[in-house]
Amino acid sequence: MTAIAVAATINGEATSFLCEAEETLLDALRDRLGLTGAKEGCGTGDCGACSVVLDGRLVCSCLVLGAEAEGREVETIEGMALGDHLHPLQQKFLDHAALQCGVCTPGFLVAAKALLDQNPSPTEEEVRFGLAGNLCRCTGYDKIVRAVMDAAESMRDGR
Amino acid sequence: MRYEAPDSIEAAVSLLAGEAGKARILAGGTDLLVQLRLGHVEPDLVVDIKRIAATQSITEEAGGYRIGAAVSGAVLGEHDGVRALWPGVVEAVELIGSTQIQGRASIGGNLCNASPAADSVPALVAAGAVATIVGPDGRRDLPVEDVAGGPGKTVLAAAELVESILLPARPAGSGDAYLRFIPRTEMDIAVVGAGVNLTLDGAGKCSAARVALGAVAERVLLVEAAAAALIGTPVDDAALSRLAEAASAACRPIDDKRGTKDFRTRVAGVLAQRAARIALRRAGRG
Repeated sequence: MTAIAVAATINGEATSFLCEAEETLLDALRDRLGLTGAKEGCGTGDCGACSVVLDGRLVCSCLVLGAEAEGREVETIEGMALGDHLHPLQQKFLDHAALQCGVCTPGFLVAAKALLDQNPSPTEEEVRFGLAGNLCRCTGYDKIVRAVMDAAESMRDGR
Repeated sequence: MRYEAPDSIEAAVSLLAGEAGKARILAGGTDLLVQLRLGHVEPDLVVDIKRIAATQSITEEAGGYRIGAAVSGAVLGEHDGVRALWPGVVEAVELIGSTQIQGRASIGGNLCNASPAADSVPALVAAGAVATIVGPDGRRDLPVEDVAGGPGKTVLAAAELVESILLPARPAGSGDAYLRFIPRTEMDIAVVGAGVNLTLDGAGKCSAARVALGAVAERVLLVEAAAAALIGTPVDDAALSRLAEAASAACRPIDDKRGTKDFRTRVAGVLAQRAARIALRRAGRG
Protein backbone atom coordinates (compact mmCIF):
# COMPACT_ATOMS: atom_id res chain seq x y z
CA MET A 1 0.00 0.00 0.00
CA THR A 2 1.34 3.40 -0.98
CA ALA A 3 1.40 6.07 1.65
CA ILE A 4 -0.20 9.41 0.81
CA ALA A 5 1.93 12.56 1.07
CA VAL A 6 0.03 15.33 2.83
CA ALA A 7 1.06 18.98 3.14
CA ALA A 8 -0.85 20.99 5.70
CA THR A 9 -0.40 23.99 7.98
CA ILE A 10 -0.34 22.79 11.56
CA ASN A 11 -0.31 25.38 14.34
CA GLY A 12 0.83 27.95 11.78
CA GLU A 13 3.73 25.93 10.43
CA ALA A 14 3.92 24.31 7.01
CA THR A 15 4.10 20.61 7.76
CA SER A 16 4.17 17.50 5.62
CA PHE A 17 3.61 13.90 6.57
CA LEU A 18 2.89 10.52 5.05
CA CYS A 19 -0.19 8.54 5.98
CA GLU A 20 -2.22 5.56 4.88
CA ALA A 21 -5.61 6.13 3.24
CA GLU A 22 -7.55 4.78 6.19
CA GLU A 23 -5.46 6.62 8.78
CA THR A 24 -7.28 9.29 10.76
CA LEU A 25 -5.99 12.79 11.28
CA LEU A 26 -5.80 11.93 14.99
CA ASP A 27 -3.47 9.00 14.30
CA ALA A 28 -1.40 11.08 11.89
CA LEU A 29 -1.01 13.87 14.46
CA ARG A 30 -0.06 11.47 17.22
CA ASP A 31 1.92 8.79 15.44
CA ARG A 32 3.46 10.63 12.50
CA LEU A 33 3.99 14.10 13.95
CA GLY A 34 4.41 13.40 17.65
CA LEU A 35 1.58 15.79 18.53
CA THR A 36 0.12 13.63 21.28
CA GLY A 37 -2.01 16.30 22.97
CA ALA A 38 -5.15 15.22 21.14
CA LYS A 39 -6.29 11.97 22.73
CA GLU A 40 -8.26 9.03 21.51
CA GLY A 41 -11.15 8.45 23.90
CA CYS A 42 -13.83 6.72 21.86
CA GLY A 43 -12.64 6.89 18.26
CA THR A 44 -16.24 7.48 17.13
CA GLY A 45 -16.80 11.20 17.62
CA ASP A 46 -18.67 10.97 20.90
CA CYS A 47 -16.14 12.13 23.51
CA GLY A 48 -14.31 15.10 21.99
CA ALA A 49 -10.90 14.20 23.47
CA CYS A 50 -9.41 14.42 19.97
CA SER A 51 -10.82 17.90 19.24
CA VAL A 52 -8.82 20.08 16.84
CA VAL A 53 -9.72 23.07 14.69
CA LEU A 54 -9.69 22.35 10.95
CA ASP A 55 -9.94 25.40 8.69
CA GLY A 56 -11.55 27.34 11.51
CA ARG A 57 -14.08 24.65 12.48
CA LEU A 58 -13.97 22.59 15.64
CA VAL A 59 -13.94 18.90 14.67
CA CYS A 60 -13.15 15.49 16.11
CA SER A 61 -9.84 14.51 14.51
CA CYS A 62 -10.83 10.84 14.85
CA LEU A 63 -13.57 11.54 12.27
CA VAL A 64 -11.20 13.14 9.75
CA LEU A 65 -8.88 11.19 7.48
CA GLY A 66 -5.28 12.33 7.57
CA ALA A 67 -5.38 12.68 3.79
CA GLU A 68 -8.22 15.19 4.09
CA ALA A 69 -5.83 17.66 5.74
CA GLU A 70 -4.05 18.30 2.40
CA GLY A 71 -3.82 22.08 2.00
CA ARG A 72 -5.82 22.70 5.17
CA GLU A 73 -5.03 24.50 8.40
CA VAL A 74 -5.05 22.47 11.58
CA GLU A 75 -4.83 23.91 15.09
CA THR A 76 -4.12 21.59 17.99
CA ILE A 77 -3.62 21.98 21.73
CA GLU A 78 0.12 22.20 21.11
CA GLY A 79 -0.42 25.59 19.46
CA MET A 80 -2.44 27.07 22.30
CA ALA A 81 0.16 28.41 24.71
CA LEU A 82 2.25 31.39 23.60
CA GLY A 83 5.77 30.14 24.25
CA ASP A 84 6.07 29.76 28.02
CA HIS A 85 2.85 31.67 28.64
CA LEU A 86 -0.20 29.52 29.11
CA HIS A 87 -3.38 30.55 27.34
CA PRO A 88 -5.85 32.06 29.85
CA LEU A 89 -8.02 28.97 29.49
CA GLN A 90 -5.10 26.72 30.40
CA GLN A 91 -4.27 28.87 33.42
CA LYS A 92 -7.87 28.94 34.60
CA PHE A 93 -8.16 25.17 34.27
CA LEU A 94 -5.20 24.94 36.68
CA ASP A 95 -6.59 27.63 39.01
CA HIS A 96 -9.99 25.94 39.23
CA ALA A 97 -8.63 22.39 39.36
CA ALA A 98 -10.75 21.70 36.29
CA LEU A 99 -8.99 18.44 35.56
CA GLN A 100 -8.21 15.21 37.28
CA CYS A 101 -6.88 12.46 35.03
CA GLY A 102 -6.35 14.95 32.19
CA VAL A 103 -7.28 12.79 29.22
CA CYS A 104 -10.22 15.00 28.25
CA THR A 105 -8.41 18.26 29.03
CA PRO A 106 -6.77 19.02 25.66
CA GLY A 107 -10.09 18.47 23.91
CA PHE A 108 -11.93 20.65 26.40
CA LEU A 109 -9.36 23.43 26.01
CA VAL A 110 -9.48 23.36 22.20
CA ALA A 111 -13.29 23.28 22.24
CA ALA A 112 -13.51 26.02 24.86
CA LYS A 113 -11.17 28.24 22.84
CA ALA A 114 -13.29 27.67 19.72
CA LEU A 115 -16.38 28.57 21.74
CA LEU A 116 -14.87 31.79 23.13
CA ASP A 117 -13.49 32.77 19.72
CA GLN A 118 -17.07 32.71 18.46
CA ASN A 119 -18.80 33.96 21.60
CA PRO A 120 -16.59 35.90 24.04
CA SER A 121 -19.41 36.33 26.58
CA PRO A 122 -21.22 33.01 26.84
CA THR A 123 -23.78 32.29 29.52
CA GLU A 124 -23.23 29.22 31.68
CA GLU A 125 -25.87 27.44 29.62
CA GLU A 126 -24.08 28.35 26.39
CA VAL A 127 -20.81 27.02 27.81
CA ARG A 128 -22.47 23.76 28.82
CA PHE A 129 -24.18 23.44 25.44
CA GLY A 130 -21.03 24.40 23.53
CA LEU A 131 -19.00 21.78 25.37
CA ALA A 132 -21.62 19.03 25.17
CA GLY A 133 -19.42 17.21 22.68
CA ASN A 134 -16.65 16.81 25.26
CA LEU A 135 -16.99 14.13 27.90
CA CYS A 136 -15.20 14.11 31.26
CA ARG A 137 -15.55 11.14 33.58
CA CYS A 138 -13.72 12.72 36.53
CA THR A 139 -14.78 16.26 37.32
CA GLY A 140 -18.55 16.35 37.00
CA TYR A 141 -18.06 19.36 34.68
CA ASP A 142 -18.76 22.13 37.21
CA LYS A 143 -15.13 23.07 37.64
CA ILE A 144 -14.60 23.03 33.88
CA VAL A 145 -17.57 25.33 33.32
CA ARG A 146 -16.36 27.67 36.08
CA ALA A 147 -12.87 27.75 34.58
CA VAL A 148 -14.23 28.60 31.12
CA MET A 149 -16.51 31.32 32.48
CA ASP A 150 -13.64 32.80 34.48
CA ALA A 151 -11.28 32.63 31.49
CA ALA A 152 -13.88 34.34 29.32
CA GLU A 153 -14.15 37.14 31.85
CA SER A 154 -10.40 37.63 32.13
CA MET A 155 -10.00 37.53 28.34
CA ARG A 156 -12.70 40.19 27.98
CA ASP A 157 -10.86 42.32 30.54
CA GLY A 158 -7.67 41.82 28.56
CA ARG A 159 -5.93 40.22 31.52
CA MET B 1 -8.35 1.26 0.61
CA ARG B 2 -7.60 4.11 -1.78
CA TYR B 3 -8.49 7.72 -1.03
CA GLU B 4 -9.38 10.11 -3.83
CA ALA B 5 -10.48 13.74 -3.59
CA PRO B 6 -11.54 14.81 -7.09
CA ASP B 7 -12.34 18.45 -7.81
CA SER B 8 -15.19 17.83 -10.25
CA ILE B 9 -18.40 15.84 -10.00
CA GLU B 10 -17.62 14.17 -13.33
CA ALA B 11 -14.28 12.94 -11.97
CA ALA B 12 -16.06 11.62 -8.88
CA VAL B 13 -18.55 9.70 -11.04
CA SER B 14 -15.71 8.26 -13.17
CA LEU B 15 -13.87 7.09 -10.07
CA LEU B 16 -17.02 5.44 -8.72
CA ALA B 17 -17.90 3.90 -12.11
CA GLY B 18 -14.37 2.57 -12.56
CA GLU B 19 -14.14 0.88 -9.19
CA ALA B 20 -14.57 -2.90 -9.39
CA GLY B 21 -14.65 -3.29 -5.61
CA LYS B 22 -16.62 -1.46 -2.97
CA ALA B 23 -16.66 2.32 -3.02
CA ARG B 24 -17.96 4.77 -0.43
CA ILE B 25 -18.54 8.49 -0.68
CA LEU B 26 -17.01 10.71 1.99
CA ALA B 27 -18.73 14.01 2.77
CA GLY B 28 -18.47 15.05 6.43
CA GLY B 29 -17.35 11.59 7.45
CA THR B 30 -19.20 11.58 10.77
CA ASP B 31 -20.98 8.36 9.84
CA LEU B 32 -18.46 6.84 7.39
CA LEU B 33 -15.43 7.07 9.66
CA VAL B 34 -17.36 5.43 12.47
CA GLN B 35 -18.42 2.64 10.11
CA LEU B 36 -14.81 2.22 8.96
CA ARG B 37 -13.58 2.13 12.52
CA LEU B 38 -16.14 -0.45 13.58
CA GLY B 39 -15.41 -2.57 10.52
CA HIS B 40 -19.01 -2.25 9.29
CA VAL B 41 -17.71 -1.22 5.87
CA GLU B 42 -14.43 -2.14 4.21
CA PRO B 43 -14.32 -0.10 1.03
CA ASP B 44 -11.64 -0.43 -1.64
CA LEU B 45 -12.14 3.22 -2.58
CA VAL B 46 -13.25 6.29 -0.65
CA VAL B 47 -14.18 9.32 -2.76
CA ASP B 48 -14.02 12.56 -0.79
CA ILE B 49 -16.46 14.99 -2.47
CA LYS B 50 -15.58 18.07 -0.41
CA ARG B 51 -13.20 19.50 -3.04
CA ILE B 52 -16.05 19.72 -5.55
CA ALA B 53 -17.34 23.30 -5.51
CA ALA B 54 -20.98 22.36 -6.14
CA THR B 55 -21.09 20.19 -3.03
CA GLN B 56 -19.81 23.01 -0.83
CA SER B 57 -21.93 25.95 -1.89
CA ILE B 58 -25.31 27.42 -0.98
CA THR B 59 -26.85 29.34 -3.89
CA GLU B 60 -30.20 31.02 -4.49
CA GLU B 61 -32.28 29.29 -7.12
CA ALA B 62 -35.80 30.14 -8.26
CA GLY B 63 -36.65 31.76 -4.94
CA GLY B 64 -35.29 28.84 -2.94
CA TYR B 65 -31.82 27.60 -2.07
CA ARG B 66 -29.63 24.91 -3.56
CA ILE B 67 -27.47 23.41 -0.83
CA GLY B 68 -24.38 21.39 -1.69
CA ALA B 69 -24.44 17.83 -0.42
CA ALA B 70 -21.29 18.35 1.68
CA VAL B 71 -22.35 21.64 3.29
CA SER B 72 -21.91 21.19 7.03
CA GLY B 73 -24.49 21.88 9.69
CA ALA B 74 -22.33 24.72 11.01
CA VAL B 75 -22.20 26.43 7.60
CA LEU B 76 -25.92 25.95 6.97
CA GLY B 77 -26.77 27.29 10.42
CA GLU B 78 -24.84 30.48 9.71
CA HIS B 79 -26.72 31.17 6.46
CA ASP B 80 -29.28 33.88 7.20
CA GLY B 81 -31.23 33.32 3.98
CA VAL B 82 -31.86 29.61 4.56
CA ARG B 83 -32.62 30.24 8.24
CA ALA B 84 -35.26 32.77 7.28
CA LEU B 85 -36.88 30.74 4.48
CA TRP B 86 -36.72 27.22 5.99
CA PRO B 87 -36.25 27.56 9.77
CA GLY B 88 -37.57 24.05 10.39
CA VAL B 89 -34.91 22.52 8.16
CA VAL B 90 -32.12 24.49 9.83
CA GLU B 91 -33.32 23.60 13.34
CA ALA B 92 -33.42 19.93 12.35
CA VAL B 93 -29.88 19.99 10.93
CA GLU B 94 -28.60 21.80 14.02
CA LEU B 95 -29.91 19.02 16.29
CA ILE B 96 -27.38 16.59 14.82
CA GLY B 97 -24.58 15.93 17.32
CA SER B 98 -22.17 18.25 19.06
CA THR B 99 -20.36 21.39 17.92
CA GLN B 100 -17.61 19.07 16.67
CA ILE B 101 -20.07 17.00 14.65
CA GLN B 102 -21.77 20.14 13.31
CA GLY B 103 -18.41 21.25 11.93
CA ARG B 104 -18.37 18.24 9.60
CA ALA B 105 -21.74 16.47 9.35
CA SER B 106 -23.43 17.28 6.05
CA ILE B 107 -26.98 17.47 4.80
CA GLY B 108 -26.22 15.08 1.93
CA GLY B 109 -24.52 12.65 4.26
CA ASN B 110 -27.43 12.67 6.68
CA LEU B 111 -29.74 11.90 3.76
CA CYS B 112 -27.58 9.18 2.18
CA ASN B 113 -26.64 7.48 5.45
CA ALA B 114 -30.32 6.57 5.27
CA SER B 115 -30.93 6.22 8.98
CA PRO B 116 -34.68 6.14 9.72
CA ALA B 117 -33.86 8.43 12.67
CA ALA B 118 -31.86 11.02 10.69
CA ASP B 119 -32.90 14.39 12.08
CA SER B 120 -32.63 16.49 8.95
CA VAL B 121 -34.60 14.15 6.71
CA PRO B 122 -38.18 14.58 8.06
CA ALA B 123 -37.68 18.35 7.85
CA LEU B 124 -36.36 18.07 4.27
CA VAL B 125 -39.22 15.77 3.28
CA ALA B 126 -41.77 18.13 4.81
CA ALA B 127 -40.12 20.98 2.90
CA GLY B 128 -40.54 19.14 -0.40
CA ALA B 129 -36.78 19.19 -0.97
CA VAL B 130 -35.41 17.55 -4.10
CA ALA B 131 -32.03 15.82 -4.35
CA THR B 132 -29.99 16.30 -7.52
CA ILE B 133 -28.21 13.03 -8.27
CA VAL B 134 -25.31 12.71 -10.70
CA GLY B 135 -24.23 9.46 -12.32
CA PRO B 136 -22.76 8.04 -15.53
CA ASP B 137 -25.99 8.91 -17.38
CA GLY B 138 -26.03 12.52 -16.21
CA ARG B 139 -28.21 14.32 -13.70
CA ARG B 140 -31.60 13.40 -12.31
CA ASP B 141 -33.80 14.88 -9.62
CA LEU B 142 -35.43 12.78 -6.93
CA PRO B 143 -37.68 13.90 -4.07
CA VAL B 144 -35.75 13.36 -0.84
CA GLU B 145 -38.41 10.99 0.52
CA ASP B 146 -37.52 8.56 -2.28
CA VAL B 147 -33.75 8.51 -1.64
CA ALA B 148 -33.70 6.04 1.25
CA GLY B 149 -34.74 2.46 0.52
CA GLY B 150 -34.44 1.15 4.05
CA PRO B 151 -32.09 1.39 7.02
CA GLY B 152 -28.62 2.29 5.70
CA LYS B 153 -29.64 1.82 2.07
CA THR B 154 -30.37 4.30 -0.70
CA VAL B 155 -31.91 3.73 -4.12
CA LEU B 156 -28.87 5.29 -5.80
CA ALA B 157 -26.98 3.18 -8.35
CA ALA B 158 -23.36 2.27 -7.65
CA ALA B 159 -21.77 5.18 -9.50
CA GLU B 160 -24.37 7.79 -8.51
CA LEU B 161 -24.02 10.42 -5.83
CA VAL B 162 -26.09 13.29 -4.46
CA GLU B 163 -24.58 16.57 -5.62
CA SER B 164 -26.99 19.01 -3.98
CA ILE B 165 -30.42 19.41 -2.44
CA LEU B 166 -32.90 22.05 -3.56
CA LEU B 167 -35.05 23.69 -0.93
CA PRO B 168 -37.85 25.22 -3.00
CA ALA B 169 -39.37 28.68 -2.88
CA ARG B 170 -42.47 28.97 -0.71
CA PRO B 171 -45.50 31.23 -0.74
CA ALA B 172 -46.13 33.93 1.85
CA GLY B 173 -47.96 32.63 4.90
CA SER B 174 -45.82 29.50 5.17
CA GLY B 175 -44.06 27.97 8.15
CA ASP B 176 -42.18 24.79 8.98
CA ALA B 177 -40.86 23.12 12.12
CA TYR B 178 -39.10 19.97 13.27
CA LEU B 179 -39.29 18.38 16.70
CA ARG B 180 -37.76 15.19 18.01
CA PHE B 181 -38.12 13.25 21.21
CA ILE B 182 -34.96 12.19 23.04
CA PRO B 183 -34.61 11.29 26.72
CA ARG B 184 -31.77 13.81 27.15
CA THR B 185 -31.57 17.49 26.26
CA GLU B 186 -29.06 17.14 23.40
CA MET B 187 -26.54 14.82 21.72
CA ASP B 188 -28.86 11.87 21.17
CA ILE B 189 -30.59 9.94 18.41
CA ALA B 190 -34.27 10.61 17.79
CA VAL B 191 -36.75 8.18 19.35
CA VAL B 192 -39.32 9.91 17.15
CA GLY B 193 -38.96 12.94 14.85
CA ALA B 194 -41.70 15.00 13.20
CA GLY B 195 -41.43 17.66 10.49
CA VAL B 196 -44.39 19.81 9.45
CA ASN B 197 -44.55 22.38 6.65
CA LEU B 198 -47.75 24.31 5.96
CA THR B 199 -49.11 27.31 4.10
CA LEU B 200 -52.07 29.47 5.12
CA ASP B 201 -54.13 31.38 2.56
CA GLY B 202 -55.36 34.95 3.04
CA ALA B 203 -58.39 33.71 4.94
CA GLY B 204 -56.28 31.71 7.39
CA LYS B 205 -57.12 28.31 5.94
CA CYS B 206 -54.44 25.77 5.27
CA SER B 207 -53.88 25.59 1.52
CA ALA B 208 -50.93 23.19 1.53
CA ALA B 209 -49.19 20.95 4.04
CA ARG B 210 -46.59 18.22 4.23
CA VAL B 211 -45.95 16.06 7.28
CA ALA B 212 -43.01 13.67 7.70
CA LEU B 213 -42.08 11.31 10.52
CA GLY B 214 -38.71 9.86 11.50
CA ALA B 215 -37.77 6.77 13.51
CA VAL B 216 -41.21 5.18 13.22
CA ALA B 217 -40.60 2.99 10.16
CA GLU B 218 -37.77 1.50 8.11
CA ARG B 219 -37.28 4.92 6.53
CA VAL B 220 -38.57 8.45 6.97
CA LEU B 221 -42.26 8.58 6.07
CA LEU B 222 -44.16 11.24 4.17
CA VAL B 223 -47.61 11.01 5.75
CA GLU B 224 -50.15 12.32 3.26
CA ALA B 225 -53.13 11.49 5.48
CA ALA B 226 -51.71 13.71 8.21
CA ALA B 227 -51.28 16.59 5.78
CA ALA B 228 -54.81 16.00 4.48
CA ALA B 229 -56.10 16.46 8.04
CA LEU B 230 -54.88 20.07 7.88
CA ILE B 231 -55.53 21.10 4.27
CA GLY B 232 -58.73 23.09 3.84
CA THR B 233 -59.13 23.62 7.59
CA PRO B 234 -58.39 26.67 9.73
CA VAL B 235 -55.86 24.42 11.56
CA ASP B 236 -57.94 24.51 14.71
CA ASP B 237 -57.79 22.06 17.60
CA ALA B 238 -60.07 19.60 15.81
CA ALA B 239 -57.83 19.54 12.74
CA LEU B 240 -54.73 19.19 14.88
CA SER B 241 -56.29 16.22 16.68
CA ARG B 242 -56.99 14.55 13.34
CA LEU B 243 -53.40 15.30 12.31
CA ALA B 244 -52.12 13.54 15.45
CA GLU B 245 -54.36 10.53 14.84
CA ALA B 246 -53.25 10.25 11.22
CA ALA B 247 -49.60 10.56 12.20
CA SER B 248 -49.88 7.82 14.81
CA ALA B 249 -51.82 5.62 12.39
CA ALA B 250 -49.00 5.80 9.85
CA CYS B 251 -46.36 4.50 12.26
CA ARG B 252 -44.91 1.02 11.90
CA PRO B 253 -41.99 1.27 14.34
CA ILE B 254 -39.79 -1.31 15.99
CA ASP B 255 -39.18 -1.85 19.68
CA ASP B 256 -35.61 -1.09 20.61
CA LYS B 257 -33.56 0.27 23.50
CA ARG B 258 -34.63 3.81 22.68
CA GLY B 259 -38.37 3.26 22.68
CA THR B 260 -41.23 0.81 22.31
CA LYS B 261 -43.64 0.56 19.40
CA ASP B 262 -46.49 1.88 21.54
CA PHE B 263 -44.47 4.80 22.84
CA ARG B 264 -43.20 5.79 19.40
CA THR B 265 -46.67 5.54 17.88
CA ARG B 266 -48.20 7.76 20.54
CA VAL B 267 -45.35 10.28 20.61
CA ALA B 268 -45.41 10.64 16.82
CA GLY B 269 -48.90 12.09 17.02
CA VAL B 270 -48.01 14.40 19.88
CA LEU B 271 -44.87 15.68 18.17
CA ALA B 272 -46.57 16.17 14.81
CA GLN B 273 -49.22 18.28 16.51
CA ARG B 274 -46.68 20.35 18.43
CA ALA B 275 -44.55 20.87 15.30
CA ALA B 276 -47.68 21.97 13.44
CA ARG B 277 -48.39 24.57 16.12
CA ILE B 278 -44.87 25.96 15.74
CA ALA B 279 -45.17 25.93 11.94
CA LEU B 280 -48.49 27.75 12.30
CA ARG B 281 -46.86 30.45 14.40
CA ARG B 282 -44.07 30.81 11.83
CA ALA B 283 -46.68 31.08 9.10
CA GLY B 284 -47.90 34.20 10.86
CA ARG B 285 -50.70 32.91 13.09
CA GLY B 286 -50.51 34.02 16.74
